[in-house]
Amino acid sequence: MTETRTFPGARPPDRCHRVDADGVGIAVNEWGSATDPILMLVHGGADFSRTFDVFAPLLADAGWRVIAWDHRGHGDSDHTHLYSFDADLRDAVRVFETFAGHDPVAVLGHSKGGAIMTTLADAQPFRFRAFVNLDGIPYRRPGPDLADHQRTEALGTDVAGWLAHRRRTADGNRKPGTIEELARRRGAMNPRLSTEWLEYLVTVGARHDDDGWRWKLDPSMRMGGFGPWRPEWALFRMAGLAVPFLGVLVGAEEPMGWGTLPRHVEKWMPRHGRLEFFEDLGHFIHIEQPQMVADMVLEFLGDPA
Amino acid sequence: MSPVMLRHNRVELALHEVRPGAGRPLLLLHGLGESSPTRVPSRAEAWPGPVYGLDFTGHGASTIPVGGGYTAEILLGDVDAAVGHLGEVTIYGRGLGGYIALLASGALPDRVLGAVIADGPGLTGGPTEPISQAVVRLVEDRRPPDPYALLELGRDLRPPDYALDFVRMAVNGSELEEPIDVAAVFRPPWLEAVAAAPGVAGLDVPEALALYAR
Repeated sequence: MTETRTFPGARPPDRCHRVDADGVGIAVNEWGSATDPILMLVHGGADFSRTFDVFAPLLADAGWRVIAWDHRGHGDSDHTHLYSFDADLRDAVRVFETFAGHDPVAVLGHSKGGAIMTTLADAQPFRFRAFVNLDGIPYRRPGPDLADHQRTEALGTDVAGWLAHRRRTADGNRKPGTIEELARRRGAMNPRLSTEWLEYLVTVGARHDDDGWRWKLDPSMRMGGFGPWRPEWALFRMAGLAVPFLGVLVGAEEPMGWGTLPRHVEKWMPRHGRLEFFEDLGHFIHIEQPQMVADMVLEFLGDPA
Repeated sequence: MSPVMLRHNRVELALHEVRPGAGRPLLLLHGLGESSPTRVPSRAEAWPGPVYGLDFTGHGASTIPVGGGYTAEILLGDVDAAVGHLGEVTIYGRGLGGYIALLASGALPDRVLGAVIADGPGLTGGPTEPISQAVVRLVEDRRPPDPYALLELGRDLRPPDYALDFVRMAVNGSELEEPIDVAAVFRPPWLEAVAAAPGVAGLDVPEALALYAR
């Protein structure tokens, strides 16, 4: 029998669905009453919707129908041929259409989920009632401008690493391990999160095969990558948002964070947007301090009705 | 003749032998919405070695992916699979295939001995900076070319400085003095920048292929 773990405050979704996004099955989880107003939670890169198992119930208990989905290749959604920011955006629209039609809903996006939702809020503003961007505001990295030859050198290394990865992914499979081993591996990405939480995550985000547990994330996906896209381009879209906007940034550096500080983005804030900064907290602020972040979000969103 | 099917992650790629021969192959990369030609293009007839044509992901006899998600970089991975099979090649790319030839010459400078960029569909690409983004869902059609390929590869961002990074990678890593040739008459901003860069020739297709065949 598959081993389960518990974590204080963690609650599995109340309802699970599957949405067909042009042939790609997208797994959707819900917390709260199906008749309450919708609040979409959008996870970041290499994450999955069950990472909201503590955070989502706090919002659901305050009167929101919380809906979160696994991006293609993540969690319980299908692994597919191709992955891209545009494809994630299109899949997101399928979820919005399925549950909200063209009605505006509240949205919270974390990390890459925040960047995707910033793009959607610019492209299809009618879908948004309010928008919380949780440490998902990229800006220029890695800091000062590099000279052309340094940038070319860095790109060459990225391209070589990416191609080497592509050559071995055809039959790739994730390495199996015990719950403790998988939690330890994820700890490299989540150094500020407790072992107890990471071990709980394994039991809701990995699958248990005969030879051990494996993270569900498609092994053909790879962190980083390269391309023409520039982090600061997300800022250009953010500046023009008219929807009520709350941006949240953190000060503790982490491998998965963008290291964005208020001074980097203040100029680009939407006209009536609000920016909150937590110097001592990390990129997964909603997992580190779920009650505090939920209270802040609930206060910002106001009465669900 | 049936193509050789190569694997790039979950996609099966069709590599066609357009003309047999000995020596370094010429690899033809088609334009957006096209597929590998069945005959050697007239401007490449003088190539002394074998000639192959690759169908990109979602084109010709290659796999049509489910649910789109194309990027130019994925097509670079397609070319990498072809080069892994053929060894050293010279590339003649039309349109989109010309842009991918540029990426391949920078990514694989010791295996791509000359890349010719010629006019053809998909040469322009999308804008050079972000614009308001249309999020479009297309009607499913399992016939090639994949409509998502036409949509997504017809608007991929091509900033000139990104293209120049690949020129520098090619020039730094290649044994050729001019590993890239811009034969295209139409030059969108990325190609204008490439054409003006050191290490890039401006010969017509037969001349460039004659140079790279040496």
